[in-house]
Amino acid sequence: MKERALTCIVCPRGCPLTVTLGEGGEVLSVTGNACKRGVEYATTECTAPRRTVTTTVRCECGGVISVKTASTVPKEKIFEVMAHINRTVAPKSSKIGDVIIEDVAETGVAVVVTANRANR
Amino acid sequence: MELINNINCELVIIGGGPAGMAAAVAAYDAGLRDILILEREGALGGILRQCIHNGFGLHRFGEELTGPEYAARYEDMVREREIPFMLNTMVIELSEKRVITAMNSERGIFTVSAGAVILAMGCRERPKGALGIAGTRPAGIFTAGTAQKFVNMNGYMPGREVVILGSGDIGLIMARRMTLEGARVHAVCELMSYSGGLARNIEQCLNDFDIPLLLSHTVVEIHGRERVEGVTIAEVDESRRPIPETKRYIPCDTLLLSCGLIPENELTKMAGIELDRVTSGAVVNGDRETDIPGVFACGNVLHVHDLVDYVSEEAKIAGEAAVRFIRGEAEKNAGIKLTVDGRVRYTVPQRIEAVADTKVYFRVSDVYRDKKIVVRDGERVIISKRKQKLAPGEMESVTLTKEMIENAGESLSFSIE
Ligand SMILES: Cc1cc2nc3c(=O)[nH]c(=O)nc-3n(C[C@H](O)[C@H](O)[C@H](O)COP(=O)(O)OP(=O)(O)OC[C@H]3O[C@@H](n4cnc5c(N)ncnc54)[C@H](O)[C@@H]3O)c2cc1C
Repeated sequence: MKERALTCIVCPRGCPLTVTLGEGGEVLSVTGNACKRGVEYATTECTAPRRTVTTTVRCECGGVISVKTASTVPKEKIFEVMAHINRTVAPKSSKIGDVIIEDVAETGVAVVVTANRANR
Repeated sequence: MELINNINCELVIIGGGPAGMAAAVAAYDAGLRDILILEREGALGGILRQCIHNGFGLHRFGEELTGPEYAARYEDMVREREIPFMLNTMVIELSEKRVITAMNSERGIFTVSAGAVILAMGCRERPKGALGIAGTRPAGIFTAGTAQKFVNMNGYMPGREVVILGSGDIGLIMARRMTLEGARVHAVCELMSYSGGLARNIEQCLNDFDIPLLLSHTVVEIHGRERVEGVTIAEVDESRRPIPETKRYIPCDTLLLSCGLIPENELTKMAGIELDRVTSGAVVNGDRETDIPGVFACGNVLHVHDLVDYVSEEAKIAGEAAVRFIRGEAEKNAGIKLTVDGRVRYTVPQRIEAVADTKVYFRVSDVYRDKKIVVRDGERVIISKRKQKLAPGEMESVTLTKEMIENAGESLSFSIE
């Protein structure tokens, strides 16, 4: 058995978590969490960590517009996700929720626009 | 057609960030229609327009939004209600008679006589962090917020090899943002022995990318002629003096400063409103009303919030109270003062009146573990709440019931024990 200390990143509260792992790295127990999302987070964090990526993308209008991955992507793919987004251009009239990439860096996750106007 | 340059308006809100928008919406929903928001930028949304990361709105909307998405929700509410706003309009003066002087390219300089005013100008970054550092002043030194604006709104990278001084949330967020865009962040130096940033940001912005957080460290010298070429950093002792033997040179082309935020209160001062020396914002009562009747304040201009959700909450209080003031329905009584022991740095509000249960927000001055938040009425303890951990970076709150306030003497004291 092994113990691992984590900081939950699900909300601003940032609970200090202690995870007990079995021989095969499986999660046996989680303590320190204030809500059940902490258990979910600790479990994925110890097996296959995932993150939401937020960034900007160039817009046809010449400015940039903010975007995010519609859900989390594998942590080790963050830079591939960034590279794919940086090769993409958003259409002029992009609005919140518009999908600009259906499947970013083969993660199965979409990239959506998070603003109603581009900035230049 | 000539534009009239002397407008009358029941409620004028200065600043169209999340605080200003939420105050406007609350006032509208309380039945007021004659409202005007004045915003100096070209769009509503305030600082959230450049905060493209997620983590906003968990309390308010029950989901995790990015800054622009959170701002858009409020902008939609403002537009649905057809609440008037003027963009590219800078307020340059506020008088104690609630006369506002503003300017824009369409009208030039004009005045607005307001029945009530809500101050919602937000805050700006302390540029002070760099003043004490030895060495040259080449290009490549920015506040973290300025860098955030460059990257997120102008699509321009201010540098490639970065050192960050100060571990406030903006610095942490920018460490990740610059890394994602291909820069190398060598270190985040923090003068104090703890970070003022949220634990989750240390985890997901630094640890995820193996960026070292050097606590009790500072930048002692900046090198370079035209452009930053490097910085010398050093560890500091308990009295925060650099220890010479620990000096170390880091080559870099950019130094970001994240040394805290300061409420933008030039207009408030001009009107002669009493300011709190600790918060740098106005002294207010439970309604968020300043010592000038009919002038209210909310959001980061009142005290620095780390969560925009609390900004919206506070703005709603101010918006509804302004409507009561305009209608002459505001309940008044002498009120009592809230005092602090220093471990509790400040409270907002600073004065309260026994008109309703009142939630009091406060910050502590150091990291405290396993302590109690105690509120006393004279000698008598009226609230005692145990907390595992209290930190300067996290705002705390307790609720005083109407009864507690009614029964109180002249003041209630807040302490950590
Ligand atoms: C970099 C950064 C990161 C943050 N990250 C988070 C986070 O992850 N989660 C979270 O919940 N919160 C976060 N916050 C906090 C949150 O964004 C703020 O608390 C919130 O935006 C404050 O709202 P406000 O309306 O008081 O101020 P602002 O958003 O600053 O709005 C003030 C507005 O007033 C206008 N104004 C100022 N002076 C004048 C004048 N004289 N005339 C006309 N207009 C004027 C300004 O142009 C601006 O639009 C962050 C803040 C910053 C700065």
